[in-house]
Amino acid sequence: MNVSTDALGTTASGGRVSRLAMFQPVMLVWVALAAILVFLIVAPMEELVVSSFQHADTGDFTLENYAAAYSKPRYIQALWNTLKMGAAVVALAIVFAVPLAWAVARTDMPGRGFMRLAMLGSFISPPYLSAIGWILLAGPNAGWINKAWQWVTGDPGRIVNVFTFEGLVFVMASNVFFLIYIFTHSAFEMVNSEMEDSANILGAGPLRTAFKVTFPLILPAILGSAIITFLISIALYGVPALISIPARYPVVVIQLSEFFGNTPIQLEVAAAYSIPLLLITAVLLGLQRLVLRRRTHTTVTGKGGERRIVKLGAWRWVMFAYAMIVALLTLVAPTFVLFVAAFSKVWTRGLEWSNLTFRNFYYIVFEHSTSQQAIVTSLTVGAAAASVAIILALGIAYIVQRRLLPFAGALSFLAMAPFVVPGIVLAIGFFAAYAPPPFALYGGVSILILAFITRFLPVAYTASAAGIRAIHPEMEEAVRSLGGGRLTAVRHVVAPLLKRTLFAGWLLIFIPAAQELSTAIFLIGPKTRLVSVLVLDMSEEGRYEHLAALGCVLLVILALLVWAGFKIAGRDFMLRRDAS
Amino acid sequence: MAGLSLKNLGRRFGTFEAVKDLNLDIAQGEFVSLLGPSGCGKTTTLRMIAGFIDPTAGTIDLDGKILSAPSGSLPPEKRGMSMIFQSYAIWPNMTVFENVAFGLRLRKVPSADIKRQVHDMLNVVRMGELADRYPSELSGGQQQRVALARAVVIKPAVLLLDEPLSNLDANLREEMRFEIRRMHDEFKITTVYVTHDQSEAMVTSNRIAVMNQGRIEQVDEPYKLYSRPKTRFVASFIGRTNFLNGTKAADTASFEGFQVPLSALAEKAPDGGAVTISLRPQAIRLHRANPAVSGKIALGGRIAERAFLGETWDYQFAARDGGLTLKVAAPPDTVFEVGAEAWVELDPGEMVPIA
Repeated sequence: MNVSTDALGTTASGGRVSRLAMFQPVMLVWVALAAILVFLIVAPMEELVVSSFQHADTGDFTLENYAAAYSKPRYIQALWNTLKMGAAVVALAIVFAVPLAWAVARTDMPGRGFMRLAMLGSFISPPYLSAIGWILLAGPNAGWINKAWQWVTGDPGRIVNVFTFEGLVFVMASNVFFLIYIFTHSAFEMVNSEMEDSANILGAGPLRTAFKVTFPLILPAILGSAIITFLISIALYGVPALISIPARYPVVVIQLSEFFGNTPIQLEVAAAYSIPLLLITAVLLGLQRLVLRRRTHTTVTGKGGERRIVKLGAWRWVMFAYAMIVALLTLVAPTFVLFVAAFSKVWTRGLEWSNLTFRNFYYIVFEHSTSQQAIVTSLTVGAAAASVAIILALGIAYIVQRRLLPFAGALSFLAMAPFVVPGIVLAIGFFAAYAPPPFALYGGVSILILAFITRFLPVAYTASAAGIRAIHPEMEEAVRSLGGGRLTAVRHVVAPLLKRTLFAGWLLIFIPAAQELSTAIFLIGPKTRLVSVLVLDMSEEGRYEHLAALGCVLLVILALLVWAGFKIAGRDFMLRRDAS
Repeated sequence: MAGLSLKNLGRRFGTFEAVKDLNLDIAQGEFVSLLGPSGCGKTTTLRMIAGFIDPTAGTIDLDGKILSAPSGSLPPEKRGMSMIFQSYAIWPNMTVFENVAFGLRLRKVPSADIKRQVHDMLNVVRMGELADRYPSELSGGQQQRVALARAVVIKPAVLLLDEPLSNLDANLREEMRFEIRRMHDEFKITTVYVTHDQSEAMVTSNRIAVMNQGRIEQVDEPYKLYSRPKTRFVASFIGRTNFLNGTKAADTASFEGFQVPLSALAEKAPDGGAVTISLRPQAIRLHRANPAVSGKIALGGRIAERAFLGETWDYQFAARDGGLTLKVAAPPDTVFEVGAEAWVELDPGEMVPIA
């Protein structure tokens, strides 16, 4: 019965096992993955830091870039403004998100299903489209709200202006609060009702229980997501580009684009100017780790316990009104206006039959070759980045989870590292590393795809690692004991079992990647078109009807894909906690 | 030699020695169990044979070819073995047929042959009707049969089983023991079976290697292992026993309340002045009066405790002179009340000196 050893090509003979027989292809894979990660992450980041200390022409070591970057009070002011804006955005986002999360997770408020849908809408809708929506609604002169006010009261003045600090903060918060919502919502779902019951039985009323027991338990989740929200908002490009310039409120991302907009490009100065952003991010994420680590000691034990719904009585309608107002302001109103504008001949005329037209869509989809190209490019770049990121992350997560090789931990560290790099800073690093020869990638789509892969690698990695952790290692050992190698096991067992997880992860990357602006803005060449960048260009030209139609096409495509995702990957794939 | 041979095998994890200087020869076609409590190194040993763990000392060879050595090992997929896992590890994305056919496909067997061999094998494990089912539609016992078919159909050089029955309920476990034994009788595949359940090992194996703290304590046939344990650990791990401590002088051994000639003991006592013997409760007979059989030892005393276990009575007998207490197993019709006077009859031929 000793047939099989030889049938499988065993080359062992005599005293020891031959080197060839011991060789496993997985080692080559490791080397390849490490090389890819160095290319995607280490090189751009290293290039960013190095070039911030380099003289633009000679390449010699210098501190001049830093001197230039912080030479004018305006530049320093922009840094300070950014922090102020970030803090205000987080505060407002918490006001939006936390009551909603509580109401949806723990009360009998009506319309909870609708709120879940609205949060999904917030995820799909890119910030720059909602900013445009608010410009149409609350622009100082032609904005609908001011127009309506003037029409109703006859007063020629105006009551709202989006081009202010308050407007900027409000629009930002509308676009980032759903992250706090997701984290807080799942924290509320973790809190066991028995913890609250024990407070009740000791004599605490509902209000006291809420403040003494429930909220302290979810505080780490709020703080942790608030930190991430702060980081996202200080690095977001679209909303400031549309609002903070007219509002004369300079912020870091705008200043960076100015350094980039000059000819010749002041890359080295931009690099020096982006270092504080990088440092703030690293420090705050470290802090967030600390906050979340403490939580594991306190509340996670609550999982699995029974959760009782709080009966709000008449207050449920108050809560409902609040939820509807938040949904209206953050999502429904700006999106509605966008759609109306897309179907209008002239957007300022508003809802009139005579104003209705399909011309804008016809123009965007069939006539205007630039926007056709932009739609195709955005979707392909998003799809390519999502696919490569998932495959790469799967490989790394597999090696790390199965402890295949020494130093696998280094791979996982690298895969998660882009998380601490704001998209716009990543773009500068990519530009520094790959725009000049020998790579000379600037101008094509390849540099966009590479940068997007890097940007979304942490999301892909978290999803893949969670998926692999759920597969019993014996499933693969069974393959190997029957004569299949590691790669056979991955192809025939691991990959098929992970299909759903991977698809959900793919969508979680594809949707933001197809609308990504912050990373794209510095990397896009004069001839490449992305929907996000084109929207910005059109808004500068005041072509709001065309822009709105383009935005609506993008939204509809993404919404259809998410719907398909629900069908295939299950209802909760968007709400995973690690989705950030 | 033909067969599997483990020589001076050792495995260290950091400072912990999971397996120490282990030697075991398994003849071709033999069924050997590694039996021991959890943490004794039996699974580590099995995984070294499979190639999932590399040894830090010693070698493993099959038919004279080295498979594993500290300098490097052949990966599992090149060993021509197959393994059955505790979790069954039936791939949920494939049907029963596809699961069983997988190893044959890797070996590039023509598809008509695959079809025939898989169906024959599924019939052997009585799963022929369920070839198109997915694993989620099968019970635990059926999944284990699929695992068995999948492992055996490739005619492996060695079949490895890692506690394959521990996730099944008691009745099914008993049925599957015989199933595994039947498969072995039919195909005569060299088999290594890891378990912590002694009756599982006794039903299935030609020989059992009892392991403790990374070492093999004794390798023997099931009957010998029970009747002639060599160490204290083996005597207490396989079944229940009484340990009696005594001293050795010239040609007799003295215990509390009685003496036996050394030559009458089951085995030669080890050197040294002290001697410990193992005496199975089943080897002790209870009487109401002094039996006075020549060559046997009779002790008077009383019943201290009792419990009825269905197949036997379990008595604690306390000897009248000295503090000797003995566990005694008696058939259901041998009824003694607690506190009753009784005599025990001990056979020196059943007393096994242990190391």
